[in-house]
Amino acid sequence: MIQIEGVHKAFGANQVLRGVNLTVGRGESMVIIGGSGTGKSVLLKCILGLVRPDAGMIRVAGEDVTRVSRDAFLARFGMLFQGGALFDSMTVWQNVAFRLMRGKGRLPKDQAREVAIEKLRRVGLKPEVADLFPAELSGGMQKRVGLARAIAAQPEIIFFDEPTTGLDPIMAGVINELIREIVVEMGATAVTITHDMTSVRAIADHVAMIHRGKVRWTGPVAEMDATPDPYVQQFIHGRAEGPIESVR
Amino acid sequence: MSLTAPLAHLGAMVLAALAATGRLALFAGRTLGHLLTPPFYLREFLHACLQIGWLSLPVVGLTAIFTGAALALQIYAGGARFSAEAVVPQIVAIGMTRELGPVLGGLMVAARVASSIAAEIGTMKVTEQIDALVTLSTNPMKYLTVPRVLAATLTVPLLVAVGDAIGVMGGWLVGTERLGFNSATYMKNTIEFLEFWDIGSGLVKGAVFGFIVALMGCYYGMNSGRGAQGVGRATKSAVVAASVAILASNYVLTEVFFSA
Repeated sequence: MIQIEGVHKAFGANQVLRGVNLTVGRGESMVIIGGSGTGKSVLLKCILGLVRPDAGMIRVAGEDVTRVSRDAFLARFGMLFQGGALFDSMTVWQNVAFRLMRGKGRLPKDQAREVAIEKLRRVGLKPEVADLFPAELSGGMQKRVGLARAIAAQPEIIFFDEPTTGLDPIMAGVINELIREIVVEMGATAVTITHDMTSVRAIADHVAMIHRGKVRWTGPVAEMDATPDPYVQQFIHGRAEGPIESVR
Repeated sequence: MSLTAPLAHLGAMVLAALAATGRLALFAGRTLGHLLTPPFYLREFLHACLQIGWLSLPVVGLTAIFTGAALALQIYAGGARFSAEAVVPQIVAIGMTRELGPVLGGLMVAARVASSIAAEIGTMKVTEQIDALVTLSTNPMKYLTVPRVLAATLTVPLLVAVGDAIGVMGGWLVGTERLGFNSATYMKNTIEFLEFWDIGSGLVKGAVFGFIVALMGCYYGMNSGRGAQGVGRATKSAVVAASVAILASNYVLTEVFFSA
C-alpha cells in the first residue's frame, strides 16, 4: 500500500532522513519506533506531502505521491496528531465533521452532525460533548475527538502520531484499544509513530525502528523481542547503556 | 577582524531583506491568485468582517474623535499667528479625510488586527492545526488568508469613513464648545470645502492599508517559529511590518493622488 524508497530530507545542515526504505502492506498496522529527533514525524509528513523529500520516491497504492491530485490523494488519509490539532474556534462536532461538510461530496449540516455524533460515540464520547469547544475537554477526550475526526470520512489509511503521549496509563490503554479495534473494523492501513512500547505491542502487526534517519530494523511485532539487534534491544528495554547515545 | 567584515555583514543583511521581500511578494501574489478561484469560504469571510471591521470600530472611533479635537486646537493656535483662525473647519476636514483618518485608523487596525491574526495563525501552526487543515483537504491559504485579506480590504475603508466623520465631529465639538465657532457655520464651511476626492482618496488608502494589515498578519503567522517565543516574535513582526508599510505606502499614495 505504501512504498518508501531511499527518502532523504535535510533541514539546513540537519540531515534528518538519510535514505529510508519501508513498505507497509494493505490493511497492515505498522508502528514506527525510534528516539526523539530521528525523523519519524518528518517521514509521516513526507508521505502526506506536508514536507517535500530532497530525494527518493514515495508511492501510495502504486502512485507517486508527488504526481497525484492532492485532494483525491488526501481524501484517502485520516490523521491523529500528537496534540490533537483540534480547531479551537469550532465545536467538537464541527471538528469531527470538518471534512464531511466540505468538498464535492459534502453533507448537509444536520446529516454531518449526525455522522459526527456517531463517530464520537464510536470513540466512547457522549453526544453532549458534541457542542463543547476543544478547550473544555481533558487531554484524553481531545485525543478521542482527534481519533473521531481521523476516521470520520472512512479513510483507507490512518496515521497516528504519538497517540498516547501525555495520557495517563489507563487512558493510554483505552486509546490503544480503540485504535486497534477501529483499524481492524475499518480494514484500514495504519502507520503509528510512538515511543510507548505498550502501544507498540497493542497496535502493531509490524514494527520498524528508525535510527539516525534510516530504518535500523523492521519485522513482525512477534519477532521484536527476539531480535539480536542491539539498537532495538536497547530501545525496547529503555536501557541507558548501549549503542544509542543518550545525553545525561 | 577583517576590514571587509562590516561590509560583508551589511551585504548579508541587504540580501536577507531582499529575500524576505521576495517571499512576502510571492505570498501576496498567491493570496491574490486564490482570491479568484474556488472554493470560497463565506462563513470565514463574514466572521473576519466582524472581527476586523465591526470590532475595530470603538478603537478607531476613539482615536478619530481625540485626533479631530486636538487638530482643531492646534490649527486654531497655529492659525492665530497669522490671523487665520477661521480656517479650522476646513483644515480639520481635509486633514482628517486625506491623512489622519486613514493613517491613524490603519495604524490602530494594524495594532489590533495584524497582531491578532498573526497570533491566531501562528498558534495554529505550532499546534499543527495548519497541518491538520491540509490533511483534511483544505488549503490553508484559501481557508485562513483569503477571507481575512478580503475582509480587511473591504472593511477598513468603511472604518476610515466612520473615523473621518467622527474626527470631523471631534473638531466641531472643540470648535463650537472651546473656540467660539458658530455650530451651523462650522458645519457649512466643512461641507462646502470638502471635495469628493478628499474623502475618496482616504477610502482608497484605507483599502490598501487593510490589505497590508491582513497580509502581514497572515504572512508572519504562517511563518511563525516554534513555541510561545516564535508566536510572540511573529506577532511583533506583523505589527511592526504592517505599521511601517502603512506609513511608506501612505507617502507613495499621497504622491500619486496629490502631487501637482
